Amino acid sequence: MKLIQIVAAAVVAVSLAACTDATDGSGGAGLGGLTSGVAPSNAVDRGSLAYFTATVGDRVFFDTASSTLNTAAQSTLNLQAQWLQQFSDRTLTLQGHADERGTREYNLALGARRAQAAFDYLVAQGVSPSRINTVSFGKERPVELCSDESCWAVNRRTVTVIAGGVGS
Amino acid sequence: MIIRFLTALFLTFGAVTASAQNAPLRITIDQGVIEPMPFALPNFVARDAASSEFASQVSAVILADLSNTGLFRAIPSDAFISQAVGVDMQPTFGDWQIINAQALIAGNVSTAADGRLTVDMRLWDVFGSTEVGQGVSMTTNPQNWRQVAHRIADVIYSRLTGEAPYFDSEIVFVSESGPKSNRVKRIAIMDQDGANVRFITGGDDLVLAPRFAPNGRSVLYTSYATGAPQVYLHDLATGQRRQLGGVEGMTFAPRFSPDSSHVIYSQTSGANTDIYTLDLSTQARNRLTRSPAIDTAPSYSPDGQRVVFESDQGGSQQLYIMPAGGGAAQRISFGQGLYGTPVWSPRGDKIAFTKQVNGRFHVGVMNVDGTGEQLLTASFLDEGPTWSPNGRVLMFFRETPGPLGAASLVSVDVTGRNLRYVQTPSGASDPNWSALRSN
Repeated sequence: MKLIQIVAAAVVAVSLAACTDATDGSGGAGLGGLTSGVAPSNAVDRGSLAYFTATVGDRVFFDTASSTLNTAAQSTLNLQAQWLQQFSDRTLTLQGHADERGTREYNLALGARRAQAAFDYLVAQGVSPSRINTVSFGKERPVELCSDESCWAVNRRTVTVIAGGVGS
Repeated sequence: MIIRFLTALFLTFGAVTASAQNAPLRITIDQGVIEPMPFALPNFVARDAASSEFASQVSAVILADLSNTGLFRAIPSDAFISQAVGVDMQPTFGDWQIINAQALIAGNVSTAADGRLTVDMRLWDVFGSTEVGQGVSMTTNPQNWRQVAHRIADVIYSRLTGEAPYFDSEIVFVSESGPKSNRVKRIAIMDQDGANVRFITGGDDLVLAPRFAPNGRSVLYTSYATGAPQVYLHDLATGQRRQLGGVEGMTFAPRFSPDSSHVIYSQTSGANTDIYTLDLSTQARNRLTRSPAIDTAPSYSPDGQRVVFESDQGGSQQLYIMPAGGGAAQRISFGQGLYGTPVWSPRGDKIAFTKQVNGRFHVGVMNVDGTGEQLLTASFLDEGPTWSPNGRVLMFFRETPGPLGAASLVSVDVTGRNLRYVQTPSGASDPNWSALRSN
């Protein structure tokens, strides 16, 4: 059984490599191709990036101008920390983002705060800081493009991008 | 380099008459509402066949520079009674009085045997029947004809307004293309009027907020070339660039000191963003702020003694001023809403800023002590003002909402009048106005 999982993981890794493109990892909506990469095996590959994105959750959201982790964000980061402890060879980048309702420089700094909030939380959960990079994209890379709160709420985010996957 | 100012030697035939006692022809900008001064600019006279195309092009650029200020109104040429004027003779003032031209701009263009172009200009006060200042003559390589036109327009503007010139200047900005979710951004430079666009970066790396060196030799900007934002210095003569970083974390929001010797910028370490300076000759770094807050968007006063910046150390994004070497910062913005992107006026007396209040964004100005706040614009997103070299005009970018939202450059007079979109090849943001060109 364990052997089968490893083989499946290798298959997925190959297909993921083929799917890797130049996006910054903010394109959470565009991951359909990854899910189908798991499909040939019925075994759930808990180490896959698709699993991480869809089941663990690759992003947390923030209130306007805030970098405070709310309860939902903490739950997601708890699951991420567990996953990272299970797959302890993986490294990651935390990408902090802001919505379009702010000035460019301030939003860069705010995105850094949001990335750092996730960093601090994961480290407190036992993830080694040496595995984690942080970067801010400010308001440069929105995922949802409308100009009202429904889009801004999901653009105020920190995305956990696992190395070897999309955007790494 | 190529242009010589020859303060004209060819005046003095029409004797200066007693009418010179009249008040000089002058438009003053500080009034609330201005009736633009009507002027006539007959096509400059070509002295030879090689000059005829340049004559109309130069005339058109001067006319556009003056008209775009909103301070002057060009009288259409089909109203003219006299057509060709030239600089060799005194105009028939009656012909221009009858169409109510207050100022008359006359010019010649000629081409020398070596191919160099000479533009002569004289400015007349039609109702005073007198010349305003002395004739001007400029000689240049033909490819610089636009710069000569801007310089002549600057002479006219300065004589008629009493203000320092600004037409012979450039804008460095971010040229934008592609979808909102994955904008392609390139650093571009153009003349102040939108002509002569050239790109100094390709579209591979995300780039932000370019700033000219006051000496015009280089441009600072932020690039994601390494994956994280870092400040780069781009030499315009060689096209070479170098990263000013060598620091951990990210660096951004750079600007030069007024003498071009230092760069002031923000550096983020963890959650904390502070302001630093880098001495470009010694590479020494100096940390100016130490609060755990976001301190960013620094801009020097024109004398280099103080720095205005934005900080949320008081709980929300506001403007502060501190000594250029660091030290106690004084908050200057106290109105409702958030304040960012402060820029010190080249005259030293005003701070321009972006203000966010009640879901709208404004470009505004205030006195250096924070009094006299005035909002000049309003939209879904107006951001990032920059001053014209003479401190009379602000340029900023305006972004429209929604999935197809796009950014444009917009200029506005410091009085809030004369809002105008600046033509760019595609979307454009983060404008920064150069100093007046010195060569």
